[in-house]
Amino acid sequence: MNLPMDPGLRSLVGADLAGMALSVNGAPQILHCAPSKRLVYALREDLGLTGTKVGCDAGDCGACTVLLDGKQVCACITPAGQAEGRNITTVEGLAEDGKLNTLQQAFLKHGAAQCGICTPGMLMAATDLLSRNATPTEAEVLDALGGVLCRCTGYRKIVEAVLAVASNDVVLDEAPVGAAVGSRLARLDGPAKLTGAEKFGADTIPAEALSLRIIRSPHARATFTLGDLEAFRAAYPQLEGIITAGDVPENSFAVFPTPKDQPVLADGHVRFRGEAVLGLLGGEDAIRAIPESAVPITWTVETALETSVAALAAKKNALHDFAPDNVLCRGRVVKGDVTRALKQAAFTAEGAFETTHVEHAYIEPEAGYAEVFEQDGKQRIRVFVCTQTPYMDKEEVARVLKLPADAVQVVPSAIGGGFGGKLDVSIQPLLAVAAWKMKRPVRIVYTRPESMVSTTKRHPAQMQVTLGCDASGQLSAVDFVGDFNTGAYASWGSTVANRVPVHASGPYKVANVKALTRAIYTNNAIAGAFRGFGVPQACIATEALMDDLAEQCGMDRFEFRLKNAIRAGDQTATGQTLAASVGLAQCLEALRGAWHNTLGDVARKNGSRSDSSGHGNIRYGAEVGRLRYGAGIACMWYGIGNTVIANPSTMTIGLRQNGRFILYNGAQEIGQGSYTIMPQIAADALGVSVALIDQIHGDTDLTEDAGKSSASRQTFVSGNATKFAAEDLKRQLCEKLGVSAEATLTLEGAVLVGRAESGEQRLDLAKARTDARGDIALGSGTFSPPTIALDADGQGVPYATYGFAAQIAEVEVDMDLGTVKVLHIHAAHDVGRAVNPTQVEGQIHGGVAQGLGLALMEEYISGRTDNLHDYLIPTIGDIPPITTYIIEDPEPIAPYGAKGVGEPALIATAPAIFGAIRQATGVRVAFAPCTPDRLRQLIKGQGT
Amino acid sequence: MHQTQYLRPTSLDEALLVLADRRFEVLAGGTDFYPARVGKPVDVDILDITRVSSLRGIRDEGRLFRIGAATSWSDLIAAPVAAPFDAQFAGLRAAARDIGGLQIQNAGTVAGNLCNASPAADGIPPLLALGARVELASSKRTRSVALADFVLGNRKTLRQPDELVTAVLVPKWRAGSRSVFLKLGHRRYLVISIAMVSAVAALDDAGRVALCGIAVGACSAVAQRLSGLEARLIGRPAREAASLVAAQDLKGLSPIDDVRGSAAYRMDAALTLVRQAVAQAVDAGAAP
Repeated sequence: MNLPMDPGLRSLVGADLAGMALSVNGAPQILHCAPSKRLVYALREDLGLTGTKVGCDAGDCGACTVLLDGKQVCACITPAGQAEGRNITTVEGLAEDGKLNTLQQAFLKHGAAQCGICTPGMLMAATDLLSRNATPTEAEVLDALGGVLCRCTGYRKIVEAVLAVASNDVVLDEAPVGAAVGSRLARLDGPAKLTGAEKFGADTIPAEALSLRIIRSPHARATFTLGDLEAFRAAYPQLEGIITAGDVPENSFAVFPTPKDQPVLADGHVRFRGEAVLGLLGGEDAIRAIPESAVPITWTVETALETSVAALAAKKNALHDFAPDNVLCRGRVVKGDVTRALKQAAFTAEGAFETTHVEHAYIEPEAGYAEVFEQDGKQRIRVFVCTQTPYMDKEEVARVLKLPADAVQVVPSAIGGGFGGKLDVSIQPLLAVAAWKMKRPVRIVYTRPESMVSTTKRHPAQMQVTLGCDASGQLSAVDFVGDFNTGAYASWGSTVANRVPVHASGPYKVANVKALTRAIYTNNAIAGAFRGFGVPQACIATEALMDDLAEQCGMDRFEFRLKNAIRAGDQTATGQTLAASVGLAQCLEALRGAWHNTLGDVARKNGSRSDSSGHGNIRYGAEVGRLRYGAGIACMWYGIGNTVIANPSTMTIGLRQNGRFILYNGAQEIGQGSYTIMPQIAADALGVSVALIDQIHGDTDLTEDAGKSSASRQTFVSGNATKFAAEDLKRQLCEKLGVSAEATLTLEGAVLVGRAESGEQRLDLAKARTDARGDIALGSGTFSPPTIALDADGQGVPYATYGFAAQIAEVEVDMDLGTVKVLHIHAAHDVGRAVNPTQVEGQIHGGVAQGLGLALMEEYISGRTDNLHDYLIPTIGDIPPITTYIIEDPEPIAPYGAKGVGEPALIATAPAIFGAIRQATGVRVAFAPCTPDRLRQLIKGQGT
Repeated sequence: MHQTQYLRPTSLDEALLVLADRRFEVLAGGTDFYPARVGKPVDVDILDITRVSSLRGIRDEGRLFRIGAATSWSDLIAAPVAAPFDAQFAGLRAAARDIGGLQIQNAGTVAGNLCNASPAADGIPPLLALGARVELASSKRTRSVALADFVLGNRKTLRQPDELVTAVLVPKWRAGSRSVFLKLGHRRYLVISIAMVSAVAALDDAGRVALCGIAVGACSAVAQRLSGLEARLIGRPAREAASLVAAQDLKGLSPIDDVRGSAAYRMDAALTLVRQAVAQAVDAGAAP
């Protein structure tokens, strides 16, 4: 390589021996990396500052935002060379004297961090703003933070937190002894997320780790042969190893026991674009530099079955031999006689509805490492990974390596968003196979396109639905047929096929229900778990038809739903009588005022053009203004926990010699708050301050199996297990003290004091005997929701309890452009009991944001939207004010009455928005997402 | 692995000397360079021009404004421009505020947006409407070409490997001329345009359109001026201008179907946006 001729230019060459001097968080630093290295990796790798996150490497998400001379930039697209001689501020530089600064404190108080992966970026963007403008308006906050994406919070609490800095509204809420449940206790893992200390999947790398790069299929369906891998290795001496299907001891896995249909590495046959074929091992940059074209793979492309319709019609070439019709699973719930009921119905409404692939778009791409280690003379493997389900990972890793389960330890990292996407097995078996073969630590960090192309999606749905009601507006029949495109492998397809029929009649009392579903194999991306397991798709269909029926009946859409709302004592479509905690009617009543205000608001904005029938079903004539307004309402219900399948949780809690409790919390924190909620529950069950509880979280060697962070189950299921464990511990401690079980326990340093009517007893913990782990006593609790298996007609008790919700959307539609702006969401949710109202609101806000994305913009197309600028999720400017109404109709068998809210938060939003679009425009939206071009087409089609 | 070079000259002469020698990738904000290399190491030699201070900032040069090639979108938004001419930059500034988030605006440059030559480049329609020129320099010569000629196609410009874009030259419009920029996207921030329109207009004392420029982006491989429409609007009363926009005026566009929208939708939306942009440009221009 020749330098330019002029010798004076030599000084311009980047990485010379002196390195590049810069200031980071006020301290001088020298970077010795290449000046073209992305600044974010220079910070993370060369300086060890892993608080700055990588979400996309393309300037699309803002997770890597740092300040360069005080101004926010994306460190992922800034060359390290441009930082020379300048001042960089990262999230690690915010805390002052080891204490959270005012902005961080505001984030903590206002619940502005959930999973925490976007938090550093948000904090830096806000720091930039506040340094220029100490008292910003909301609009200024939106503009300043507009470059950072968040998938958890729905942004509103972030805006609230930034605005709270000016008013210094940052004093944390108390969690009083005996009343931790119900308090707005700030998240216990908050400080780590706000300082950058939290370790996500990519933030810990063992020394000597090899990087793993996966070569993936460019074809949706093909056979292939591998060429001369030895010659390939010889050509690329930087390659330290290769893994292929032949290296996988048991090359099949799945989330369910059958079918174990997915290979870790494809064995001569690929079934979707992005399927893993081969792994390259070596130094990160070295293996990345190998051109894909050099990898010796010969492809024979086959015709792919690209849609459910094509897969069902195919007479041959099924994806899997065991499913010759390409049907993975059928779901069925039948009650009464739908055919007769529809014939007798005074009004019927029917329609076909369709939804597309939706990407989870968590801001943290999959990342982690695996390492083999020796313990007690045995080889074990440790997998450190971002996951919603450490115990399932453990089973599947043991399976593919053909090892006993106790040879595997899964240590979950902090997880930068999951939403069901990290409820599946992705990098775990790849890392395990590579580390086991190489006997060296192996790490992988998916790029954004790799994460998007290879991991699961929400099931595209095609639904044909008919509803019937009598003349009074009483629902009499729901006929639902739904096909769910599950893609190349089973994943959670059967869960979707089984959950949807149970919920297909909506949260209404309906005597006659027929709901049939199929999960269908196609050569598409794998569809798996995504917040709601198919129920959000079904809800779009049924709620649109509820609007149809209301109109036919001449009833207000709100009143029509209230009339049909399922109530305590009513029977569901599966024949389950709901005994208690059926808060839909309360949710609706809580929204009554908002509904009428919104209708009034809409009518006023639409001016004289709107119809004044009072039914809330306004339609327009020919004269249409460009901006039109509409209100929509939708209801939902959601079974908490697995559908029939046992989903027990076990939690344990001990007391140590230092006078502190330790909760072995296996309920994986994924941003939803289980790291905070479980201690709140434990504290009240023990009658002590939550501040006395330490935790060990998630590690499969150290905690019991608390099941998956899925199906909105942790608060209900693991919350109960926690409560039982704490009660068990209290019993044991009272026994040790010799006081009655009703005694009050307190800790005076390391002295346990029990006070009962009979008097006071003391125990010096420092002198008490402990078990091997150091616990003086260990309480244990297990809970599995009571259910009854469904019979051939889907009759039984699929869930022990249900969450309920009603939401109102107000929208503005530009009739000429087809664009929709959501102006306000009102969300009323029956959560049984809000263990932590701030976190319940946070779940609702985040669910609404994802529901808005589902409704208006999110459409994953493999090969075309594998990044965060073509795949669009809502930004901070897209989420309107959200008013939450927390309804607490306690569930008797839940911990303090609490049910889950994670998935319920999302389900009603899209149908409420579609109802509002319909009122504004007169068109019924039957396809999600309702993008501007689709809506404009619909509007033109109706001739306005 | 190939050891790549990264040069950071501080003067234009040095930069041009580097380019004269052999091929370097020119980098300023990096906002297009790195996204094109996700998951791939940097394997090209880089000429970073951000330390060439003479390339930064906006200068009034009498008949025109010179926007230096390393001027960021944030620089442009903040740059003071003499009052009579400030409003002619309103459209370009509006486009700047819609380019990525503040992070991108702080790093990305006006000239880089032109050089990247995306059909959806937000900077091109406002500059096209204003009649901007692009100045290119090499160690041998300096030339300037009309922006419309500079961009040859999707990601293609007429810049030669030994040339550096040194400035964008924006002519001074009649005092009081105002430009507007309308962007259509699926979401509020961080969005690639489905379609966009910029219009600039000056009115005469009688309230008639004296001068105007109208350009549409993301509806053809290269953003297009609607010169037929512009010619028709000259001399017409401002209040009539928007109503004179007809579907026929968009005939030269050739939008494609892609993930952001269908070709038919783009044409439909572009017509709406052009009407709106014209209405706003002449309305604002009517103010003394």
